[in-house]
Amino acid sequence: MTRATSPVIVTDHAHDIGCIHCGQPVAAGERFCCTGCAGAYALIHDLGLDAYYARRDANAPAPAGEEAAALDLSGAVETLPDGAQCLRLVVDGVTCGACVWLIESALRREAGVTAARVNLTTRRLSVTWREGAPDMAGHLAGIVRRLGYRPAVAGTEGADDPQKKSERELVRAMAVAGFGMMNIMLLSVSVWSGHAGSMGDATRTLMHWLSALIAVPVVAYAARPFFRSAITALKAGRTNMDVPISLGVTLATTVSLWETARHGEHAYFDGAVMLLFFLLVGRFLDARARGRARSAAEHLLALGRAPVMMLNEAGMAVPTAPAQVPVGAMVLVAVGERIGVDGAVADGVSDIDTSLVTGESHPQPVRPGDTLFAGMVNLSAPLRVTVTARGEGTLLAEIVRLMEAAEQGRARYVALADRVARAYTPVVHTAALATFLAWVLGVGIAWQQGLFIAVAVLIITCPCALALAVPAVQVVATGRLLRGGILLKSATALERLAKVDTIVFDKTGTLTLGRPDLLPDGDRDAADLELAATLARASRHPLSRAIARAAGPGPVADGVREVPGAGLEWQGPDGMVRLGRRGFVGPVSVPGSIIEGPELWLARPGWQPRRFTFADAPRADAVTVVATLRRKGYRLALISGDREPVVAAMAARLGITDWRAGVDPAGKAAALAAMKDEGRHVLMVGDGLNDAAALSAADVSASPGSAVDVAQTAADAVFQGDLLAPLAELLTVARKADRLVLQNLGFSLLYNLCAVPIAMLGHATPLIAALAMSSSSLVVLGNALRLSGAPLRFPQAPALHPQLGRRGTGRAAAVAAGTVSGQPKTAPREMRG
Amino acid sequence: MTSLLFLIPIALGMGLIGLLAFLWSVRSGQFEDLDGAGARVLFDDERPLPPSPPHPKTGG
Repeated sequence: MTRATSPVIVTDHAHDIGCIHCGQPVAAGERFCCTGCAGAYALIHDLGLDAYYARRDANAPAPAGEEAAALDLSGAVETLPDGAQCLRLVVDGVTCGACVWLIESALRREAGVTAARVNLTTRRLSVTWREGAPDMAGHLAGIVRRLGYRPAVAGTEGADDPQKKSERELVRAMAVAGFGMMNIMLLSVSVWSGHAGSMGDATRTLMHWLSALIAVPVVAYAARPFFRSAITALKAGRTNMDVPISLGVTLATTVSLWETARHGEHAYFDGAVMLLFFLLVGRFLDARARGRARSAAEHLLALGRAPVMMLNEAGMAVPTAPAQVPVGAMVLVAVGERIGVDGAVADGVSDIDTSLVTGESHPQPVRPGDTLFAGMVNLSAPLRVTVTARGEGTLLAEIVRLMEAAEQGRARYVALADRVARAYTPVVHTAALATFLAWVLGVGIAWQQGLFIAVAVLIITCPCALALAVPAVQVVATGRLLRGGILLKSATALERLAKVDTIVFDKTGTLTLGRPDLLPDGDRDAADLELAATLARASRHPLSRAIARAAGPGPVADGVREVPGAGLEWQGPDGMVRLGRRGFVGPVSVPGSIIEGPELWLARPGWQPRRFTFADAPRADAVTVVATLRRKGYRLALISGDREPVVAAMAARLGITDWRAGVDPAGKAAALAAMKDEGRHVLMVGDGLNDAAALSAADVSASPGSAVDVAQTAADAVFQGDLLAPLAELLTVARKADRLVLQNLGFSLLYNLCAVPIAMLGHATPLIAALAMSSSSLVVLGNALRLSGAPLRFPQAPALHPQLGRRGTGRAAAVAAGTVSGQPKTAPREMRG
Repeated sequence: MTSLLFLIPIALGMGLIGLLAFLWSVRSGQFEDLDGAGARVLFDDERPLPPSPPHPKTGG
């Protein structure tokens, strides 16, 4: 692609109906949906990188625009040993190779930058530079943002990350075991063919010695992960799956070595190493699936964790990480911003959306002296907040105490595989011992031969299929859920989900989106809405955004003035048009029935003011999903911190009969404990700070991607997007996975029942052992793959893996970004997994 | 059977070379970004190719 062809591409795109940059619908005659897109396009064009538009296979993300909070980059810059500076960021919105190319090319053109690399799989960016302006990091992050991506600071992922280290060790062990397996098999196949008669004893022994030469170092190296885990378990007085594995592999190798030394006919080197290879494959897949889900969850949290604007001594606002803001400092909170710290209002009067903290869906007015908590969203006017101590007595401290109490009350769940291993290990070892004794004492053969048969029993029962039975299913299930926008954070979450019989929902932000939506009104005509929207598009207030969302793309009025805490006004051709509070637009006639809830009034000269009402609507598919869950036999309950009429209305609408309103965090946790005492297995779904204790108390918990940090951390699964369908998918997959795990375990048991007698009778030659082990492993893996069927097709395509967190960061980020139009991108995106 | 004396070492040696190549590629980070690697080959070079030598005039 050369630059000469780029104008053609641009005209091509101009024919599309959508915005040139992001493809969202635009008003007639417009080329861009917002100034952010226009800016990104201009920047890309100025850099001569237009080829991006031809290369991408998915539309660009809508840029966050200049309003997006600046980042506190101090923790993300690292000085490399050679003196260069390195900035590591997570970049959201990277969906395809073209994004990688665009970001890397744009950054490399900066003076001083020596390297820029974006990892498409983990969506992490690292830029290295030698010399540059003092705020080079901020400058580079700014470029990424202006290109339309959302950079965020995540925990730096260095080479010393323990998770990564163990993953690499597993890869190396797997490679070594694979090499060993193939080469030993090469020798073994010739030995097996030689049994037919043509191979002399000397040649066979040579082959065995060669096998031993490969097998001993391979086992010593590749089995270390199992040895370590087995020793740890034994030290703690437990056994796990790794104990029989370690014992089997070690004994098989030792006995084969012994056999080789005395020119024996059979050696199990191939079996031992093959076993190791299969198990390492399972373990590696397991580690990687978990690592991916974990890094996606971290990514999600990093995006939600915006820095706060702290006023320093000089009165300048500097972006600072919330954790680094000292007590007593003054913090500025803009309209639409999520408050990042606990504090008290020092200056300003505004409305606050407290839904994430208390579950209350109506905005609460605040004035100087009122207390605010991290997670609340400032709605109508800028505030100055004095940071208060996070000591005893604050809401957060109370929640943390409740969570700790709930955690202690919850018995540690033992994974099914471990429970099976506990029962299995002694049985197998007893069987092997019994075989040995029976042959030596009963039949009277030499003890070496008896030991050899006993080892054959150990090898053939070595829980190859058993050890793969659970992880194989979990890997496939995790992958399928990840593609559907669901992150599993706990290894045992699937098993616990499969047992669930009761689901408890929070209301605000869980069953609803937690953002106001315009209610339909028969008296209002399209012209009113359009007029209101031309004003509203200029504002970032959540109610304005709701009107703009309802009206769709369109023109923006010039010279709209925003009166903080009151509304918008615009000098139109026919006089002053106002959109705002009741008192702001002048005297209004309030209709007889006043529906409680947020409202806006639109007034223009010579017209009756028109009323716009808003409500926190349920998620688009909440009714169907709740109905489906009820049909599947789950008992449903709604426990909310919101006021009774609102909760009652929502419960009636969704058909949930068991509901409670005005419940405080302790009450929620107590309600869950009571349900558990009844013997029910409870899934708690919630997003707020007030749900965190209940999430910890439940048997298993889930929270939407828009939830507060504390809730997401407490939850076992996080689902993304604007729909509730992922929750149903999660439960379906969990039940299916449970069934497959049981099938796999049943099959392994059956296999052992057939194979063990053969081995006990001394007929398990290495050839039979190799065949039996590999075929049983393949059957188990194949069975697990049945779960990978296409995930549910959501009508509105929720956040898919490549754009994790884009929509998932939810209302606060969306409000803060100010550019989310609310129309989910319907453009098909390439799915990656 | 003497052929085994050099055939087996050759087979093992080739396997070992493969193993070392794989370990090297893991160490040098080639498995870090499997999605990106596929797209990366299609990127343009940062520096333009050196100008090709002028064509000798033919038939002049």
